[in-house]
Amino acid sequence: MKLPLSWLHDYTTPDVDVRELATRLAMTGTEVDRVHVHGPAGGVEHFVVGRVLSAEQHPDADRLRVCMVDVGAGEPSQIVCGAPNVAAGQTVAVARPGSVMPDGTTLKAAKLRGVVSDGMICAEDELGIGSEHAGIMVLADGPAPGTPLTDVLDLATDVLELEITPNRPDCLGVYGVAREVHAALGSPLAPPPWTQDPGAGDLGSAPAGIDVSVEDHALCPRFTARLFEDVTIGPSPAWLKARLAAAGQRPISNVVDITNYVMLLTGHPLHAFDLDRIAGGRLTVRAARDGERLTTLDGQDRPLDPDMTVIYDADGPTSLAGVMGGMRSEVQDDTTRVLLEVATWDGPQINRTSSRLDLRSEASSRFEKGLPPEGCMEAQAVATTLMLELTGARLVPGTLDAGEPLGWTAFPAIALRDARIAGLLGAPVARERSAEILTALGFSVAEADDGLSVGVPHWRRADVTREADLIEEVARIDGLEKLPATIQRNRTGLPGRLTDAQRLRRRAEDVLVGRGLHEVVGWSFTDPGLPDRLLAGPGDRFRDVLVLENPMSAEQAVLRPTIFGSLLDIAAYNRSRGHQDIAIFESGAVYLRHPDPENPLADEHHALGALLTGPVRPATWGDGEPGGAGVFSAKALVGAVLGALGVAWHAEPTDRPYLHPGKAAAIRSGEALLGVFGEVHPAVAATWDFDEPVAVLAINLGEAIPRAAGVAHYADMTTFPELRQDLAVIVADDVPAQRVLDVARGAGGNLLSAARVFDVYRGDQVGEGRVSLALHFEFRAFDRTLTDDDVAPVRERIVAALRDALGGELRG
Amino acid sequence: MIERIEAIQQEAAAAIGAATSTASLEELRVRFLGRKAELPNLLRGVAELAPQERGRVGKAANVTRQTLETLISGRGAELEAAELRERIATDRADVTLPGTPAEPVGHLHLLTATRREIEDVFLGLGFTIAEGPEVERVYYNFDALNHDPAHPARSLSDTFYVQGGGEGPDAVVLRTHTSPMQVRAMELQPPPIAIIVPGRVYRRDSDATHTPQFHQIEGLAVDEDITLADLKGTLLAFARAIFGDEREVRLRPHFFPFTEPSVEVDVSCFQCSGTGIVEATDSNGGGSQTSPAPARCNLCKGTGWLEILGSGMVDPNVFGYVREGGYDPERHQGFAFGMGVERIAMLKHGVPDLRLFYDNDLRFLRQFG
Repeated sequence: MKLPLSWLHDYTTPDVDVRELATRLAMTGTEVDRVHVHGPAGGVEHFVVGRVLSAEQHPDADRLRVCMVDVGAGEPSQIVCGAPNVAAGQTVAVARPGSVMPDGTTLKAAKLRGVVSDGMICAEDELGIGSEHAGIMVLADGPAPGTPLTDVLDLATDVLELEITPNRPDCLGVYGVAREVHAALGSPLAPPPWTQDPGAGDLGSAPAGIDVSVEDHALCPRFTARLFEDVTIGPSPAWLKARLAAAGQRPISNVVDITNYVMLLTGHPLHAFDLDRIAGGRLTVRAARDGERLTTLDGQDRPLDPDMTVIYDADGPTSLAGVMGGMRSEVQDDTTRVLLEVATWDGPQINRTSSRLDLRSEASSRFEKGLPPEGCMEAQAVATTLMLELTGARLVPGTLDAGEPLGWTAFPAIALRDARIAGLLGAPVARERSAEILTALGFSVAEADDGLSVGVPHWRRADVTREADLIEEVARIDGLEKLPATIQRNRTGLPGRLTDAQRLRRRAEDVLVGRGLHEVVGWSFTDPGLPDRLLAGPGDRFRDVLVLENPMSAEQAVLRPTIFGSLLDIAAYNRSRGHQDIAIFESGAVYLRHPDPENPLADEHHALGALLTGPVRPATWGDGEPGGAGVFSAKALVGAVLGALGVAWHAEPTDRPYLHPGKAAAIRSGEALLGVFGEVHPAVAATWDFDEPVAVLAINLGEAIPRAAGVAHYADMTTFPELRQDLAVIVADDVPAQRVLDVARGAGGNLLSAARVFDVYRGDQVGEGRVSLALHFEFRAFDRTLTDDDVAPVRERIVAALRDALGGELRG
Repeated sequence: MIERIEAIQQEAAAAIGAATSTASLEELRVRFLGRKAELPNLLRGVAELAPQERGRVGKAANVTRQTLETLISGRGAELEAAELRERIATDRADVTLPGTPAEPVGHLHLLTATRREIEDVFLGLGFTIAEGPEVERVYYNFDALNHDPAHPARSLSDTFYVQGGGEGPDAVVLRTHTSPMQVRAMELQPPPIAIIVPGRVYRRDSDATHTPQFHQIEGLAVDEDITLADLKGTLLAFARAIFGDEREVRLRPHFFPFTEPSVEVDVSCFQCSGTGIVEATDSNGGGSQTSPAPARCNLCKGTGWLEILGSGMVDPNVFGYVREGGYDPERHQGFAFGMGVERIAMLKHGVPDLRLFYDNDLRFLRQFG
């Protein structure tokens, strides 16, 4: 809402500068986006009224005229003018040298084709008060030459650009804002502009010549209309054009300008019909029917549906109620009889209509918030005054008023308890102060035992319905800056702390950060083609994606079913920017359709995913070129994360279409699947432009964290030392190391406390198709120090088991 | 015999004193005290001496042996120290070379680091952290938060809808804020309650100041006596923890469907200390004297205040949806707030463009966390 300060001053003139006014409005709930000056940007005193004394042809230019203009200062000024309509005798707007035009240029005396021009005769657009540029603006006779132009026009005014919250449609009108300013700053408020209604004498009866029927008052609580005859369509006077222009509206013609002006002043939209273009002299208001169409004022032919309210005449739809008038009944240059409609409409319905048609108008943006029926006659009163004044019209006696009061006149008073104000705000407000504030805002106030009894004015009825709403009114005007800053007691009985799951998630993330990975935050949206790109088969779980009805783009049409897509995207993005070694992870949700078809929400789990490619660490002078990341880099990170969480786990070979078939593992804890790691399938990696191994891992933290070690219980690991032994065993190349360890552990019994592989050898010394695994064992008893004699039989059992189960031979 | 012992001692002491290395000292030890040396042999022969001689000679030999041992170990320590000094003197590393092997330093994403920082502030204030689904029912996202059925935020142009949802309250959306968790949490936990809800949220917007995905932290504190002044105090503590101990906050009236009264919260600008003016230095270079000239603070646009979040007192209608959870609109009251993690991070770290968070350029990521 653009509020020209000069217009506000018609109703209230606060004794502060515009900055202070903007601050006070912001601090009482009306945000001011910005303040700008409309019209000339400076040198306003150089804009004056002039009278054209003569207009002669320029000697060297067909299109220019050399004018002598009386600007009230001694000798007339010689001004060269290019407008075709300039003529002697006109009263015009003159910008003298020193004027700063709205575009910021400063006017100087200049020669035009050899003739000195001491200023400029202005067209409307040059003053920022209209779009007319074809000719100069001709002012009404009257003001003497030399009169400052600001005395005649709203030439330059500060304009406040207000952001009105959706609960305050009353502030989408100048008078509503004036009331706010009055309450916030205490400046006196003039009576509303609708106090005088030229049509007040004939309110009881409808005018002859029109019939209106409203089929459903739920859609249209009130429909009022007045008829005007002998209307002369023409341009609006300069003051009206200037005001509309300052408020951001393009002046069109007197009747249209009046409807816009009254809307901007009262906040209630109006619509003018050409009465002679209403077929059959009868309007019907009802829901549209499928298949009907209407060409709106903007020339668009629009399909209608039963969710839209439409005004019909004998020939069909003629106006889209509350949103935009129809082309067919539009006021035109030859219009002489006008029907002025002021109605109220069902807000949600208007909102649906304008969203469905993607058609937002000044009218719809007001009606969709729900306007009070009382506002209709306020707008009629102001519009009638202006129609009579500016169009030469005659009011046909009577006011059509189709509406069912539906109780909208009688609303119960709301109790506002002093104690409740203090209880909700944390600081009291004196009852007299509350009463003063509410009265200034237009509420009616009566004393009650424990506070006030408050009547809500019609323009606030939709917004203020409860005691809490009244407390807000009092608090915002009284000043929230007065509130103390206190902190509530915590009576929840709970300490402020992370849950175990939250703490462990942080730990898992920190483990990866500690190992040099960078956390990334990918998009939750992804391309529906992602499962294809990951080579997912027809029944793959990755295909159970959630699909958006209204994505921003086709590439963001589904929710990611895996953390790998965004990791690959981000890795490729960085690779294309020259990063060779990439080590990134993401901690975030992935989304699959819920396995229960009755559950429309997602199966969301929190994934911890990581991607490594290129050298595992930067080369240094001391260690040469480090190797590239691969499946074991990923596995090492899995071990670091799950080790930190205290989750027992093991890897087993698996197949995933997007992973290298020989370098893919499932992460298991017992039978449970916690995630996967491996190298991305080269064919998949290639589609992200990677031609070297890309190692990845993903851990479903929702599965892993519940398996984390709980409270640790002490075990005596220090009184008796462990006994360490190594052993190398040769097995067939296809025997997994995990199997070797499992066999060894099975044979080792209670005394074997740890076993791991510390070296792997393939080559001539062990023969083709065979591998030597060097195993490290730790033996421990909790009641004594073990000797080699204690361990020897255990070791023999292990060796035997490796031989019997796996054909293992001791090496060397 | 005694004379011989004294002679050995003199000879040995001189040799030990003259030893120049631990190796030659070891040779002297063998020569004078080794198994084949003269002094130990003398000691072994003491038993064969006349009884009146035994005591005297034995004692003298023992004293000499102890003296020599002391001399050797003393000289040995000197020589070892000297040799260590000499060895160290040539054993030098250029400590200005980088460490090896490299230990790369990882980073949390700035959004995670900021989220954790904010979480920790509220944990300290006694809040716990609740998390909820990102794919959410319209009931929780809008209806139970007192959003008008015609509220424009519900429209297809503003909110992502998921296919396969039901009608009305059962339609499924990507949550547009973390607020739905207010209702879910109150269904699960009777009053009093004090939670924050961090998480991803989604809106159909994409330009320099909007991304369709962003992060919020919701706060909710409900009891029988929690006031708007408590909201102010809580957010003041938050603002000071995040932006500095000198900060102030101000509440500006606003409108949100799920709070009444509703306020937007500004924090005093930490770049200009709330004055709106910074002392700019002219940058014409050339070693000329810098001349401070006051300029409008570009962070707060000269207003002295930075908008950081929306909040208010929980609307009684919201409690109406969780009566069964033990919330009574007549008896319970409290505050709620919601802030954008991106906004806080941008303000605090001077990040100029929201989209940088989602580009995930390593050159960006390495600067933070």
